[in-house]
Amino acid sequence: MTQLPLRAQLASALGRSAATLSRMTGRGDGSVIGGRVGLLLEPDLLRKLARDRKLALVSATNGKTTTTRLITSALLELGEVATNAFGANMPAGHVSALSQHKSAPYGVLEVDEKYLPEVLDTTGAGVVCLMNLSRDQMDRAGEIWLLAQKWRRALSGRPTHVIANCDDPLVTWGASTAAQVTWVAGGQRWKEDSWCCPECGGPLDRKDAAWACRECTFHRPEPHWVLHDDVVVDPRGRQWRVDIQLPGLANRSNAVMALAVAEAFGLPVERALPRLGQVTSVAGRYTTVERDGRYARLLLAKNPAGWLEAFDVADPGLPIILSVNAQGPDGRDTSWLWDVDYRILRGRPVFVTGERRLDLALRLDVADVPFTLCASFGEALAMQPPGRLDVIANYTAFQQIRSEFGRAE
Amino acid sequence: MPSDSALRIVWIYPDLLSTYGDQGNVLVLEQRAQRRGIPTETYHVRSADPVPEGGDVYLIGGGEDRPQILAAQRLRRDGGLHRAVARGAALLAVCAGYQIMGTTFGGEEGQPVEGLGILDIASSRGPARAVGELVAEVDVALNLPTLTGFENHMGVTHLGPGVKALSKTVVGVGNGDGFEGCYAGHVVGTYLHGPALARNPALADLLLSWRVGELPPLDDSRYEALRQERLAAVLPA
Ligand SMILES: [Zn+2]
Repeated sequence: MTQLPLRAQLASALGRSAATLSRMTGRGDGSVIGGRVGLLLEPDLLRKLARDRKLALVSATNGKTTTTRLITSALLELGEVATNAFGANMPAGHVSALSQHKSAPYGVLEVDEKYLPEVLDTTGAGVVCLMNLSRDQMDRAGEIWLLAQKWRRALSGRPTHVIANCDDPLVTWGASTAAQVTWVAGGQRWKEDSWCCPECGGPLDRKDAAWACRECTFHRPEPHWVLHDDVVVDPRGRQWRVDIQLPGLANRSNAVMALAVAEAFGLPVERALPRLGQVTSVAGRYTTVERDGRYARLLLAKNPAGWLEAFDVADPGLPIILSVNAQGPDGRDTSWLWDVDYRILRGRPVFVTGERRLDLALRLDVADVPFTLCASFGEALAMQPPGRLDVIANYTAFQQIRSEFGRAE
Repeated sequence: MPSDSALRIVWIYPDLLSTYGDQGNVLVLEQRAQRRGIPTETYHVRSADPVPEGGDVYLIGGGEDRPQILAAQRLRRDGGLHRAVARGAALLAVCAGYQIMGTTFGGEEGQPVEGLGILDIASSRGPARAVGELVAEVDVALNLPTLTGFENHMGVTHLGPGVKALSKTVVGVGNGDGFEGCYAGHVVGTYLHGPALARNPALADLLLSWRVGELPPLDDSRYEALRQERLAAVLPA
């Protein structure tokens, strides 16, 4: 690594001490405050920290944190990797991540969908990984056609190598202005935001995995990597079992994206895949909390597509607790609950809690799903027989459970 | 073919105008009809397909700028919704769907785009995005309880003499002039986006009653609990 200019060194060091202070005073993991301090002192800090590294940016509405973690795990095979492991996915978080690993030759950065153009421009990252785009916290996030349009503009005319999920038409459109694209058929469970052609607005016809616009030439590109359930076919036609510990189809799809990114860094599948299998939990997701013999597995679901993924993982034979909040990070609008098809829960013991439990209660009532309303997660847990159960919670509800209940070992 | 006794609910263009929970209005109407013993048949009409004109209650939801413009073009070309409204069908138009019922609305760059002219309103881009809880008192002529919901839009809507304001805003922005939404005949337009009827079951019943007459009351405790919580959360004590 070349030396940072003195001013950038100072800004980076002061940012790190602010982060330490923030951790010591119990104000979170400090990655945002540290980065903010650094950026305040040196607005060009991110560009300087990114220089001379091989960077991958990871963006999507679902699976960013997990995929970032999987890619990082794979690239550790090559050397030290700087990453924003705690989901602080805006520039302050990126500054903090890169500051903490100043000599790391590689970086994997989770990037908020809206910030992707800015962060790509600032860092000049060589690789960008794009998985999916669906409705998400519309009271604070952008509109997704508009987002995809901004991705197109940001990628156009750059040497960036994009790894993109061609099963998602909007992602395909967003990625297709890039100079080089590796297409991954990673699947698309949530289709409600892509019935129309992003290019012309015409209807998209679908047959199995294929899709094509009825009115213009826009269609699914030929994939280089194809995931079939738990087997992936790589660009050379070799088949690999996607043997990972993270549960569900969505995570196998994330893993295949990670394999394709690893290959773009020169790391072959046979070296990357075993490393993906070592990841067991990502920022608390899929961990189990325990109290009095009740073992509750935590699934995070922040938007309708996320709920579909969580339903895919949840065990239909177990009771399930659902917890929904609507604080700032969750989006203050609970309208999205009406986009989730809860009928799959019929027949299971269902318990409803969280700050917006009355919204969810009405939603389940209209879906004819019987449930028990509980004032708190603790109360819901105490109502369970000893043994295992599943929990689906959105962002702050999930964090509340994590901070109140220890991790079971 | 639909049976004669079923209430026909038509959801227009879920592929273009369904950004956030718009399906909720369909589900609430179905539930409230069915719990009164009225069978329902629901049609999801995609934008490539013709709009049937024999429906009872039509719903159209919110969307981004480009899909909104596309939806307006296709509905004008199709004409089915115009004919259904002329026949006396009920229509709930939400957010982007509300704006396109007027004579004009604002496009991606704020340019005026021609609407359907079903409501005597004209919309344009406002100075800032209105995002948050909305509370409004409904026009006394409709005899409905307080409106509650969530708005998320950049539109300003001017009402012409052919419509009446649906409500007077207490909290929130609505049309941008102290009023929220409008109605004329059996057509209701509102900025309360997504599942507006889940927060306002009496409005759902009004739409139903326009087609099937007086309705027996239901146990609305789940709806009422949510309404009271939301109103208490946003109204000054
Ligand atoms: Zn097209």
